[in-house]
Amino acid sequence: MAVDDKMVARVAGLARLTLSAQEVPHLTAELNNILGWIDQLQAVETGDVQPMATVMPITRDWRADVVTDGAIQSDVLANAPEARHGFFAVPKVIE
Amino acid sequence: MATAYHDDGRTGSYLVEGRTGPWELVIGLEVHAQVVSNSKLFSGAATEFGGEPNSQVSLVDAAMPGMLPVLNGECVRQAVRTGLALGATINRWSRFDRKNYFYADLPQGYQISQFQHPVVGEGAIEIETDEGEKVTVGIERIHLEQDAGKSIHDLSPDRSYVDLNRSGVALMEIVSKPDMRSPAQAGAYVSTLRAILRAVGSCDGNMQEGSMRADVNVSVRKAGEPFGTRCEIKNVNSIRFIQQAIVYEAKRQVEILEDGGSIQQETRLFDPDKGETRSLRSKEDAHDYRYFPEPDLLPLELTEEFIADCAASLPELPASKRARYESELGLSPYLAGVLTADADGSAWFEALLANSAARQAKTPAQVAEKAANWMTGDLFGALNKLGVEIAASPVTPAQGGELLALMADGTLSGPLAKQVFEIMLETREDPGAIAEARGLKQVSDTGALETAIAEVMAANADKVADYRGGKDKLFGFFVGQVMKASGGKANPAVVNELLKKALG
Repeated sequence: MAVDDKMVARVAGLARLTLSAQEVPHLTAELNNILGWIDQLQAVETGDVQPMATVMPITRDWRADVVTDGAIQSDVLANAPEARHGFFAVPKVIE
Repeated sequence: MATAYHDDGRTGSYLVEGRTGPWELVIGLEVHAQVVSNSKLFSGAATEFGGEPNSQVSLVDAAMPGMLPVLNGECVRQAVRTGLALGATINRWSRFDRKNYFYADLPQGYQISQFQHPVVGEGAIEIETDEGEKVTVGIERIHLEQDAGKSIHDLSPDRSYVDLNRSGVALMEIVSKPDMRSPAQAGAYVSTLRAILRAVGSCDGNMQEGSMRADVNVSVRKAGEPFGTRCEIKNVNSIRFIQQAIVYEAKRQVEILEDGGSIQQETRLFDPDKGETRSLRSKEDAHDYRYFPEPDLLPLELTEEFIADCAASLPELPASKRARYESELGLSPYLAGVLTADADGSAWFEALLANSAARQAKTPAQVAEKAANWMTGDLFGALNKLGVEIAASPVTPAQGGELLALMADGTLSGPLAKQVFEIMLETREDPGAIAEARGLKQVSDTGALETAIAEVMAANADKVADYRGGKDKLFGFFVGQVMKASGGKANPAVVNELLKKALG
């Protein structure tokens, strides 16, 4: 798989990244390099191989259903650029 | 979660009449049910409804860097119990995946969900519409996922407010097969599912508080044709709205198709005020959730013992309860259906039945019909008027049982029992005490009634003569006069008997 300049510009737009016209061809080349490695990995036959979730033979680590956390409104909001009345306040996201 | 549509070839009776002939509806529902749990799916923060904004949020729910999710075992147990109640396959191995999307109330930038390997696989439920139409609706899957936070858009002119209290609360997404063919079937499916969830105790089914909401997939086709392109109406939160949205959406699609257009597969919103659906336009031009396995969680592996424990913990489900009410208690299918539609309702009925039977020294089957009629008629009518649920009934099952016993032994006539019941609703007192204190007991004492009859006959000597002369219809007049004289407390059967004797 390979990408062209148009695709890179589109993906950048979706990822909310602003790229200058000069940056695009440079990134296209870099991304194609990476995609080349991915193609190489995908060439490996893995049909019979179970995906590995962990290297340790652990099965599960469940929590009991008890309230042990929360009631830290000020901590939760501490890094918010803007908070009002206990809410995060963000630019209006509805038209 | 997009469902792969399959066709069972069944044709429904509900059709939309268009200019070019009748169109058939195909409906599938994705129901999001909040799992009953104290803490969230992956954190120890509380799930309670209605807390101060952002007060039930842990740093995991706020997606602070480095915080790791740990699975709440109770949420898994509830999903498995739900799956078993729907006769579904329980997957011994399932996995969590990340579903990536961008929104202000999703701090992680992804939702932890189950995509390829859900915890519960295929099942089915039997539904019955109000018109008595019976349909089997297939269940495609149930998976566990996190809820997002809540955005509030109307508190400030220039800001959206975000509350993360719901962020991370466990949801079960219950995906049906596209087996429904009418708004009535969709409504019956949701209410049946709700009754099962409430009986199991895995979801409180409270649609007003958003504990249960549905994404509705609707498409139309000419009979016998393959499925049409569907639209998904997001987040509809009442059975009535689900039905309204289906009716509107089907008509909209028929109009487009008949005008030579084609349906765009899209997500729509239902506006309850206008009764219409409209396109949920998004500026995103790529709808790809980029699912991948959640690296912070191990696969979910279930032992046979765990599943057996879940199965053993299931209560009697509404469908088998209903069958038992019909076969063991001899109730009509209608009464059995009404009394098993809700877990709280059937629990109340069973308490009433036990109490009523014990007081009258009879078997439950002997008193079942009277108890069922009183509960579905008088009690439900009164609760409806008061606007309260059965769980908040001002009258207890024991008081209901006492009232039924007082009717059975003749202490209270039907009309007197209704009076006493009105007072019970207001004062919450026991019926026996009310009847005693307010002198509402039925008079069966022949001496007192004979006196009343003699007085009525003396005051209406002309009518007595007419009656004796052959005007049989006047008998009702005398009964009415005697009842009136007794303040409505006379036992009508005794009055009838005594009057017949007195009038000769």
